[in-house]
Amino acid sequence: MRKRSASIAIARDARTKGLQRRWRVGERVIEGGIFLASLLAIVVLLGIVAVLLRQGLPIFAHTPPWEFLFGTKWYPVSEPPTFGTTTFFVATIWVPVVATVIAVPIGVACAAYLAEVAPSSVRESVKPVIELLAGIPSVVIGFIGLLLLSPLVQSMFNLNTGLSGLAAGIMLSLMSLPIIVSVSEDALRAIPDEFRQAAYALGATRWEVVRHVSIPAALSGISAAIMLGVGRAIGETMTVLMIAGGALAVPVSPTQPMMPMTAAIASGIGNAVRGGPQYQALFAIGLLLFLITLAVNLIADRVLERQKRKFVR
Amino acid sequence: MKLDSALTNSRPPQYRGTKLSTRHLNLFYGPCQALRDITLDIPERAITAIIGPSGCGKSSFLRIFNRMNDLIPGARVEGSVELDGIDIYHRSIDVVELRKRVGMVFQKPNPFPMSVFENVAFGPRRHGRVSRGELQDIVESSLHQAALWEEVKDKLDQSAFDLSGGQQQRLCIARVLAVEPEVILMDEPCSALDPVATLKIEDLMRRLAEKYTIIIVTHNMQQAARASDVSAFLLMEGDICGVLVEHGPTAELFTKPKDRRTEDYITGRFG
Ligand SMILES: Nc1ncnc2c1ncn2[C@@H]1O[C@H](COP(=O)(O)OP(=O)(O)O)[C@@H](O)[C@H]1O
Ligand SMILES: [Mg+2]
Repeated sequence: MRKRSASIAIARDARTKGLQRRWRVGERVIEGGIFLASLLAIVVLLGIVAVLLRQGLPIFAHTPPWEFLFGTKWYPVSEPPTFGTTTFFVATIWVPVVATVIAVPIGVACAAYLAEVAPSSVRESVKPVIELLAGIPSVVIGFIGLLLLSPLVQSMFNLNTGLSGLAAGIMLSLMSLPIIVSVSEDALRAIPDEFRQAAYALGATRWEVVRHVSIPAALSGISAAIMLGVGRAIGETMTVLMIAGGALAVPVSPTQPMMPMTAAIASGIGNAVRGGPQYQALFAIGLLLFLITLAVNLIADRVLERQKRKFVR
Repeated sequence: MKLDSALTNSRPPQYRGTKLSTRHLNLFYGPCQALRDITLDIPERAITAIIGPSGCGKSSFLRIFNRMNDLIPGARVEGSVELDGIDIYHRSIDVVELRKRVGMVFQKPNPFPMSVFENVAFGPRRHGRVSRGELQDIVESSLHQAALWEEVKDKLDQSAFDLSGGQQQRLCIARVLAVEPEVILMDEPCSALDPVATLKIEDLMRRLAEKYTIIIVTHNMQQAARASDVSAFLLMEGDICGVLVEHGPTAELFTKPKDRRTEDYITGRFG
């Protein structure tokens, strides 16, 4: 009885208050939590930038920016020391370019096969294996490159040493491949089947459907996949340290030994005097690397945004 | 009944030849039979309406004619299906060539995520080398035929998704016309459209029927009565199996149905 009257009271209460604004505490807490989490990410990012700026910028009192950027002489311990980083910069272009040129066609083809052609049994067994490839530690990839690939590169191109941008790029392509395959495959599978149906009904062959319908429709996702792969190749350190060759001359060809920016920082930071000019210069390289990856990401964002705006439903 | 006035439009189909025919057609999806023993002639340059309740196999039947069922794993066809007297399920038939001759318009407008121009140019581009000028001509004439040219001539480079639903569906029709088919299959082409857009498509179908053989699936009785010359009524018998209950000139089927079940269905007494 008590229960019943209570529920009637609640019902009446609800009738009068039904339209009143309610203070949904749970919602507020969740919203606040999400806000704090994203704030934290931004704070951390700004913190990183601040550290890089604070540790790196003082070098420009010693070496002017243009000399730092366009100088080719990196002699941190000579007297006076010089800090030109062009060598590293060019190496940081070569290695990801090689990696991308190899990984993109193979990765996209592989994704197209898995998403469009392979029976689901094949897809379900192959995809985890490819994703497993992403989990191999980069040191191990470095070992394999050192042991197997660099002799091969050396004999194939008749070089003095197989340790080169080419060898590093090939190994890095193995590392960006899983990302490209996995993300592209997801993008292709997200394309509604009605586009494929329409193309088949117009008399397109399977290859034509993949080439002219599925891949163009999934292009934004595929470009995102490629950018993630490129990002991985730019930032990778251990593998390039082990097999890129580490030479301090501006590389004019990918078959030369070279030292990308990541490798320069990793190999130099141990010997640098804390707070000294070399230390500052290495941080400035880090800052430059950060700007490069930022630029790659921004460009990718712009491309995707344009792509999306063009053809959204 | 309101249907009668609509019927005055339709023309007697008996003077036309047969474009497509099925003989004792059975369709299976794996273990399930979707169509049973269907024998039907489709007259040339006329509109044939396939009517029947949801799930009776209308779409499945339509996909028989351009072999779209081939894309469904486990689908199997028995019996014969002929286009101009040629068995289209024979081993020597190239489905690409078949689908060029038998085009299809889907239930939901499905333009490609490309420009209006590229949508129409898709088929011709796939089927052989065409110069830019020829392509332009094909696109323009296809859009004219689909009664869309005036509305899109200034938007050829815009995304097809910027068009309204009815325009998108006419674009899909233009895309089919650009391949120069002989038969056009339409699977409930107006079910996602408003009444005005629907009438435009019906108008268009009427005009296209002077040149093309059209088969339209519809669950709108008014539309079948208004727009078709011949009608075929499918119904499921037992669990899932679609059978052909009755077919004939639309005017007769709608005014003097021979089968009790047809009468029940067209007068809306069906469950
Ligand atoms: N791809 C498919 N795989 C298996 N069964 C299907 C498939 N498409 C349709 N069916 C079955 O075939 C029957 C007829 O479906 P459908 O041709 O779509 O009917 P309608 O178009 O008249 O609504 C239904 O029982 C449906 O479940
Ligand atoms: Mg259907």
